[in-house]
Parts: sequence; structure tokens; C-alpha cells
Amino acid sequence: MSEQKKDLGQEILKEINQDQPTAEHVRKPFLGKAAIPLLAIVTGLIIGALMIAVTSQSVYAAFGESVGNGFATAFSEIGTAYKALFTGAIGDPVRMINAVKLGDAKEIRQAFNPFLESLVQSTPYIFAGLAVALGFKSGLFNIGVEGQLFIGAACATFVGYSITGLPAWIHMPLAFLAGALGGALWGFVPGFLKAKTGGHEVINTIMMNWIAFRLTEWLLSGPMTRPGSGGMPISPVIQKTAEIPQFFQAPIRFHLGFFIALAVAYLIWWLLFKTTWGLNLRIVGTNPRAARYAGLSTSKSIILAMSLSGALAGMAGAVQVLAVNRSMALGLSSGYGFDSIALALIGNSHPVGVVLASILFGTLRNGATRMMVVSSIPIDIVDVIQAIILMFVAAPAIIRSIYHLRKPKQEEQQIFLSGWGGQS
Amino acid sequence: MTTSSRVIEHKRIEEISSTRKTVIGIMEILIGLLIFFVFAANTTAETLTKFVMTPGGIDQGLMADWILPSKTTLIILAALPLVIGVFQLIRGFKKWTNLMIGICALFLIFAFLVWQAAGKQLNLAGMLSSAVLLAVPITLGAFSGILAERSGIINISIEGMMLMASMVAAIVGSVTKSPWLGLLGGILSSIVLALILGVLSIKYKVNQVISGTVINIFATGLTAFISQKFLQHIEGLNNPQMFTRVPLPGLANIPLIGPILFNQNIFVYLMFVILIVLQLALFQTRWGLRLRSVGEHPKAADTLGINVIRTRYMGVILSGLVAGIAGAFFTLGSVGRFDEGMTAGKGFIGLAAMIFGNWMPIGAIGAGMLFGFADAIGSKLSLLGSAIPPQFMAMAPYLITMIVLAGFIGRGQAPAAEGEPYEKE
Repeated sequence: MSEQKKDLGQEILKEINQDQPTAEHVRKPFLGKAAIPLLAIVTGLIIGALMIAVTSQSVYAAFGESVGNGFATAFSEIGTAYKALFTGAIGDPVRMINAVKLGDAKEIRQAFNPFLESLVQSTPYIFAGLAVALGFKSGLFNIGVEGQLFIGAACATFVGYSITGLPAWIHMPLAFLAGALGGALWGFVPGFLKAKTGGHEVINTIMMNWIAFRLTEWLLSGPMTRPGSGGMPISPVIQKTAEIPQFFQAPIRFHLGFFIALAVAYLIWWLLFKTTWGLNLRIVGTNPRAARYAGLSTSKSIILAMSLSGALAGMAGAVQVLAVNRSMALGLSSGYGFDSIALALIGNSHPVGVVLASILFGTLRNGATRMMVVSSIPIDIVDVIQAIILMFVAAPAIIRSIYHLRKPKQEEQQIFLSGWGGQS
Repeated sequence: MTTSSRVIEHKRIEEISSTRKTVIGIMEILIGLLIFFVFAANTTAETLTKFVMTPGGIDQGLMADWILPSKTTLIILAALPLVIGVFQLIRGFKKWTNLMIGICALFLIFAFLVWQAAGKQLNLAGMLSSAVLLAVPITLGAFSGILAERSGIINISIEGMMLMASMVAAIVGSVTKSPWLGLLGGILSSIVLALILGVLSIKYKVNQVISGTVINIFATGLTAFISQKFLQHIEGLNNPQMFTRVPLPGLANIPLIGPILFNQNIFVYLMFVILIVLQLALFQTRWGLRLRSVGEHPKAADTLGINVIRTRYMGVILSGLVAGIAGAFFTLGSVGRFDEGMTAGKGFIGLAAMIFGNWMPIGAIGAGMLFGFADAIGSKLSLLGSAIPPQFMAMAPYLITMIVLAGFIGRGQAPAAEGEPYEKE
């Protein structure tokens, strides 16, 4: 009996190890793997362009004159909008070249600021996307990133403003870790409930989201409110020693947090793919039943994964407070929690993919701000584009039929999620 | 077939483990002690609690105010759960166990109100009336979830469908100047989203939670986009006529119940009609049996000649229909205009109500009413100047849901094949 169990475990290990790409394996499937996300992004942007044209009143007016005029106006509208998107996200190439030619340091910084600002916008996405991806890798769907982010931010803010007299090299990491810890606690609860009672993490994390919103609302307008704010939900400004440093002068917000995010992404990659713990976690994620036969503790894995996922989400909140906002208000997150689901899926739940997807979305969102100013197109168009990209990534068959791609020999890796009963 | 499956369900409910029996008994005793030592002990002997029993602005079904001696009432309300709890520990209520803990929870809520309103007056009927209104989107959301999930499709996009429907209902209602056409437009938009959900999760076999998330993000983005681009500048697009109160002749004159249940707008009546239709259709008709069989064991259903794919599409589309009514409620039955993100998570709470109500329409409406009630208490308490922050009252439904999910009231029975795409062999 025990021999049989062992055999099954060995087989699973073999199967998992097979997935480890060998050197010649790597290059070929990369384009294949990236083809679907890339085509999904392109298609999403095309549909976004259609939306811009369809909702523009001047396009209708031009179509009223003549069809040719209509198309010309539509293309020029789309052109203006996407040009603004590009210069807002990356920068104006002409200005960048001129600035470098001139050699004026201040002008160079300002010309490259859009690009740097895109990285600032990407930073919370990287943390939040990693949080969801880690959950997916272990077979869990953490919709609670938004709530974990709020709790993390609240904890980081509290440590950031209430403790005084610490040197910066202790205070800043301490506040950041407090954020991670707060998020971890918020992730631990649904993980524990899933492992011990089978309560499904999707519903539990959604409930924890709402509890977190109400709790932070109360904290910010009550115990943690800024003195003299008259009950407005905003916290005091954090101490100078708790700030994550920004590299340049005031209008440029590029900060150390971006590099912390990259380091954390590397750490997660190492944890997942280079440690036994990560291997166990991935086995539990792909086939919980087999994992149980192999003698792995699924409940331990679930609790750990949810806590760690929550910690990553908490870091997203902490980095926003400590590096960008320097105090906490209710408008802290522009929906990072839900966006991060899309990021994790587009990045195929792999840390490298998540970082790339995060930078893409941070860039899109940053560019969309400028697009809103120039062509008065609401920034929410990014959400629509994001949903469409996510749909295509989740249903590759649609993309394949649009672009007449051949079906891969091997089926795509599926993410295993069970019903509410949590009977996995 | 129908009867035998129901017999099994009853049997499962009757089997109450001894630990649960003890835990529930202790809970009931704790409720009694809480009422006695916290509520009653902090009330002085002479104070009175005055409950107004007619909602404001209503002239049918009037009822005299209730004036209760606060302390005596609280002591009685403390004694009852204690007795029930002790009996539960010694003998057990068997199949009435859940009912008894429910009654004790009601005592707790009522005692809480008596305590908070001691020395003041509280419009209890007005609170109940607004609780019913607040329960409408939650309950309809739960019905929407039941329709999809009984056919085996998880629908977490109820929130997105509601949001889309609320916007379209506002636009169509404003342009046509007819709330009925607005309602229809809202329903149709929600059905379109439901179709996308169906195609993604049935045809393309995308993970159902993910396809639901796609629709949620899409609906949030598109409604915000259209709202900012058009609704905020063009007043004529966001000014729909609302459904007004329609007192039901005769019924509206019943004291207390009349104003609360039978003097509301069309959405409240729709909620009750859908409740009855759904409860009967699911458990008394061949249609319902087929729908449920597809959600429980699609392969067996297929073998018996039921078209699994078509049945699932039907379930999802009906789910979209009901979610559309729930969405239209926000703009046509409650607020009178569309605001970004106005559904405020009610769709998700509806899902929780569905789970709480054990995937049964009658249970879902109970849970929906409870959530609506908690909302109503929260807003009334802040008016009373209570020391308890309203945010904490607002948290209560979420906490209750998590406790229920953890299996305290008994593990619910989700449809067995839920979340699994069906592949014909």
C-alpha cells in the first residue's frame, strides 16, 4: 500500500520535472507562448481604437458629410488619441532626442519623465500581480488582493507616522514589512478557512475585501485620522524616515520601490522554481488529489500560499503609501486588486510574465492619463481594453480563429479551480 | 424522482453531529449572556424604548407606536435564548436546530435595537421598509446566481451584469421616458453579458471564475467610460422616470405588514413573484429537475437525453435576465440616476446570500433580507447617534457570510458539477 503511494509520488515528481525546460526547449516555445498574449494585446488595442471612433461625436458629424470624410476623421481621432497615449506613456521622442543633444540634465529628466512615471505606475501592479500569480500556482484564486492591499497600506501608514526617532534604514523597512504583515494576516484568514473548513477562498476573500474597506474607512476617519482634518478619511503624513526614497526632484516620482518589486519578483521565482517548498506548492496547485497521495500536506500549503499572496498584496499597498502618496486616503487604489487578476493571467502566472504584463499595464494607464487630457477620452477605456485582452488570453481559441493560428500539439496549461464547496 | 431526491435532502439536514449540537447550544447561551450583561446591564430601570410602527409618508395600514420598558424587555429577551440554549445542550432540537439559532439571532438583533433606542424613539417600521428595499438587489442577485449555478455554471459576474443593466436602464428610460422600456433595455444588456459568459465558459471552456472576472472588469470599465464621456455632460441621458410606489388594494391596509411589503414599488413585487415561480419551477416541474440534473451530474443527464449544453445556456441567460432586473432597480427603483460603480458590491453579496441560502430560492430571500436588514440598521443607528461606528454594522453581513461558509450553520450543498465544463464523449 505504502509502496503504491510512493510510486505515485515519484511519478508526479517525474511529470513536474519534465516541465522544467531544457536549454533547447526554451527558445522555441517562447514565441509560441508569447504569440497569444501579444496578439491579444494587439487585438485589444484595435478594439479600443474602434471604441474611440464609435463614441466620438465629430466622427458621426463627418460621416454625415461623406463616407470618406468620416473615415478620415475616425483615423485622425484614433491617431491623435493613440499618439497622446504613446507620448504620455513613453515620452515625446523628438523632445527626448533634443534634450539629450542639449545635454541639459533637467530637461533630460523631464523629457524622460513619462517613461519613469510609467514605471512608478507599474510598481504596485507588479506586487499585486505576483500575489494573484502565486495563488494561481498553488491552485487558489485570491480575489482579495484589493482588501489585503488596503490593510497592508494601513499597517505601513501606522508604523510610518506613529514611530518617531528611528534611523531611516530601520524605519523604512519596518514600515514596509508591517504592510506585508498586515496583508499576510488578511490572506491568512481565508487560507485557514479554506484549509480547515473548506470555505471557498473566492467568496471569503470577497467578503474580506469589504471588511477591509469598512475597517480602513473607520480607521482613517477615527483612530488614524489626520489631526485637524475634521473627520475626513485621511491619515497623517508619514515620517521622513519611513519614506521610500525617490531618485529625482519633485515632479519626477521614480522611486526605489520599483527595484524592490523586481527583487521580490526574483525572490518569488526562486521560491517557486528552485525550492522544495515551491515544488510542493505547485504540485498541490496542479493536482491536489495526487499531492495528498504523495503525502504532501495540502492544508499547510494552502495556508502558506494564501498568507504569502496576501503579504505581496500588502506590499503593493505599502509601496504606494511609503514611496508615492506619503499618507493614506481611501482613493489609494485604482482597482489594483482586480487588475492584478488580468496581469497574472496574461503573464501566465510566471513572475517574469507578471513583471512584463505589469509594466505594460502601468504604461497603458499612465499614457491613458495624457490621452484623457488631449482627446478627453475617459481613462476607463484601459479597463475595457484590459478585459478584452484578458478574455482573449483566457480563451486562446478565439484568438487562434481570428488569426488562423494552428492549434498547439499540447493543450495549454489549465488553472485548476473548483466550485464553491472547495472539495478540490 | 423529485420526491426521492427531496427525501434525501431532509435526511441530511436532520443528521446533526454532537459537536455542532454543543457548539450551537453554547452560542445560544452566549447570546443570552450578551443581552443580559451588556445590553440590560447598561440600561437604567426607568427608561422607555419607543418604536414607531408606521413608515414615514404612508397613510395606509397605520399602527400605534410601541412603547416598551427597556430593562424589563431586555431581561426577557436574555432569558429566552438561555432557556433555548440549555435545552439544546441537554436534549437538542434535532431538525429545528437551525430555526432555533435563527430565532435567537432575531432576539439578539431586537434586543440590540431596544438597547440602542432606550430613552429615544426609533421608526422600526421605516427601518423594516427600507430593509426590504435594500434586500431587493441582493435577493435578485442571489436568484440570478441560483439559476446559473443550478445548471452548473458559476456566475461571479452578477455584479458586472447589474452595473451594466443599471446604466442601460437609466439611458433607455431617459430617452424613451418610459420606465418599462428602461427595465427592458437593462434586462437585454444584462442578457448580452450573460451570453458572453455562456459562450466563454460553455463553448470555449474557459475557467468560469475567470470568464466572470472578464465580464466584471469589462462592465466596470465600459459603464465608467460611457458615464464620463456622455452621461455627465448630457443631462437628458441620465434622468429616467422612476417606478413609483404602488399600494396593492386591500393588502396595503394591513397594519405594519401592509406598508412594509405591499406598499412598495414594482421591484419588490417582482422579487416575490420570482421567488414563488423559481421555487416551484426548480423543485416541482420537469424543467427544474432537468436544470438541476445538468448541474449535479451532466453525464447522467446527457445519457437520459437532456441537452446539457442548451440547458446550461438557458440557465445562464435566465441568470442574466434576473441580474438585469436587479440592476435596473438601482436606477429605476431606488436612486433615479446612474452613478459610476453604484452597485457597490451588491452582486457579490447576492452570491453570498445564495450560498447562505443553500442554493434554494426561499433560503436566498431569507439571507437577502438579513443582509438588507443589517444595512438598514447601520444607516438608522448613525442617525440615532449610536456610539458604535456605522462601518462596524456594515461589516456584519460579511462576517456572517464567512461564519456560515465555515460550516457553522451546516455545510451547504453546492451543485456537484458546478464549475466544470461539460465535454461530450
